[in-house]
Amino acid sequence: MPVPCAYHVHMRKNARHNRLKEEAIRLLLFSSSITVVILLAGIFLLLLMKALPAFREISAGEFFLTGVWDPTGYERSHYGILAMIKSTVMVTAGAMAIAVPLGVGTAAFLNEIAGPRLREVLKPVIEILAGVPSVVVGFLGIVLFGPMIAKLFGIHSGLNAMNGSLLLAIMSLPTIISISEDALNAVPVSFSEASFALGANRWQTLVRVKMPAAVSGVIAACMLGMGRAIGETMTVLMATGCAIAMPVSFLDPVRTITSAIAIELGEVAFNSTHYYALFAVGLVLFCMTFAVNMVSDVILHKYQSLQR
Amino acid sequence: MDSQDKISVRNLNFYYGQVRRVTNVTIDIKANQVIGIIGPSGCGKSTFLRTLNRMNDLILGARVEGMVLLDGEDIYDPEVDVVDVRRRVGMVFQKSNPFPKSIYENVAYGLRIGGVREKDFIAERVEKSLRDAALWEEVKDRLDDNAMRLSGGQQQRLCIARALAIEPEVLLMDEPASALDPTATLKVEELIQELKKKYTIIIVTHNMQQAARISDFTAFFMLGELVEFDETKQMFTKPQKKITEEYITGRFG
Repeated sequence: MPVPCAYHVHMRKNARHNRLKEEAIRLLLFSSSITVVILLAGIFLLLLMKALPAFREISAGEFFLTGVWDPTGYERSHYGILAMIKSTVMVTAGAMAIAVPLGVGTAAFLNEIAGPRLREVLKPVIEILAGVPSVVVGFLGIVLFGPMIAKLFGIHSGLNAMNGSLLLAIMSLPTIISISEDALNAVPVSFSEASFALGANRWQTLVRVKMPAAVSGVIAACMLGMGRAIGETMTVLMATGCAIAMPVSFLDPVRTITSAIAIELGEVAFNSTHYYALFAVGLVLFCMTFAVNMVSDVILHKYQSLQR
Repeated sequence: MDSQDKISVRNLNFYYGQVRRVTNVTIDIKANQVIGIIGPSGCGKSTFLRTLNRMNDLILGARVEGMVLLDGEDIYDPEVDVVDVRRRVGMVFQKSNPFPKSIYENVAYGLRIGGVREKDFIAERVEKSLRDAALWEEVKDRLDDNAMRLSGGQQQRLCIARALAIEPEVLLMDEPASALDPTATLKVEELIQELKKKYTIIIVTHNMQQAARISDFTAFFMLGELVEFDETKQMFTKPQKKITEEYITGRFG
């Protein structure tokens, strides 16, 4: 049997050392990713623990199926969240109706039509827009959009759902533009070349080849923008009028889930039914954003598997 | 230049920024022939090929001088519509690049963007193109499958079918078999022999044996210049120039 030389012994030691190092790195990365999961679960559990006591006094039917929210009512309290949910859905849907076409269009312009120099200028400007604090955007809604909407529709106040939609659209635009543009940029040049070689013009290439190939990224961009819009608090608090009533049109003032929590949680009696009810409202919001993310994930996977 | 010439290139120069990539190329290409373009890497053979359907228009800072006559008409004339040029001069790329769509839609794409609406006509043309590209038997039962699921060789034949669907007059091929295994390469080569009955084919290849096997004429490029252009038989047996001989016999390249 050959005697192992010093070099081989050294190598073997090294191998054991490397294995340990690999293991340590693996553990480190695993623990950092599991932290995120624990955080998410923790937030959910906290909301759930604080929300459940609310249902000792409020029936689930009243909570989910009625629209009157009046915790300090004279005769009895009312805890119906339908009006808030409708407000949130309206404001968000309105924002997306404005921001998605505008954002995707801008991304297409940046990617396909703007020259490199214009793109160099526009991209940073758009990213700066993302950094404008929400309170400043809300201010814009009060002094600029509010009066404009009031004048345009002949109503006495422009603080309503439409105002909120406009502002949220502005706030989600940078996300939608930036990520959509990245997605378009990631479409292989060979696709466009093939299209041009078949006699397509730039518009046809954009609409029929690049957009379909980038669709998963564009959808992800819109979903992220929507997540931003649903969760946004300060802007809607300032610019939507905050009336607690079932909104009928976009010209009605609305109180979204986020602004309701922000307004009321500061003034509510600790551990009262109202206090717990606000956590239940928060839980509903959590579930809504969770659902949005799940749906976008499913869509993403569907398109990705199609592309393979 | 005489009347049977499909493509006549006159004093063609191609610049990328300040750099001249193709220098003073003059060449006449007859219809229904296979023309092989050979030369070492970076000799401008692909760049030259792409000047023939104005694909280089897409490159920022590119400039072309000289004329490329397609049936006697200069494709760089400002009056000429580039879309029309590309529909008459089809192209197959080095790396197969099917769209992430169904097999059917890949082949139908050129017709659809050309404004063809009639379903029967499209279906007919899709089948014909796939047959011409020797792919029909393999895919006829799964035309709705995503083209990305095909094998590399099938993808490349799909790209050929896609180019054939709009019935070009000339087919440019940029190393169409370089990423394929020998069996798939053989299929593409047989296909080219079949296609030259209907099309004029100009093929860039890295592989000299391939050029010798499939082309009627061979053009040898070096450093952006056309060194020699002759019948393939002549070129591979008795090249006119020393440097051609050295390249062909594998002394460099």
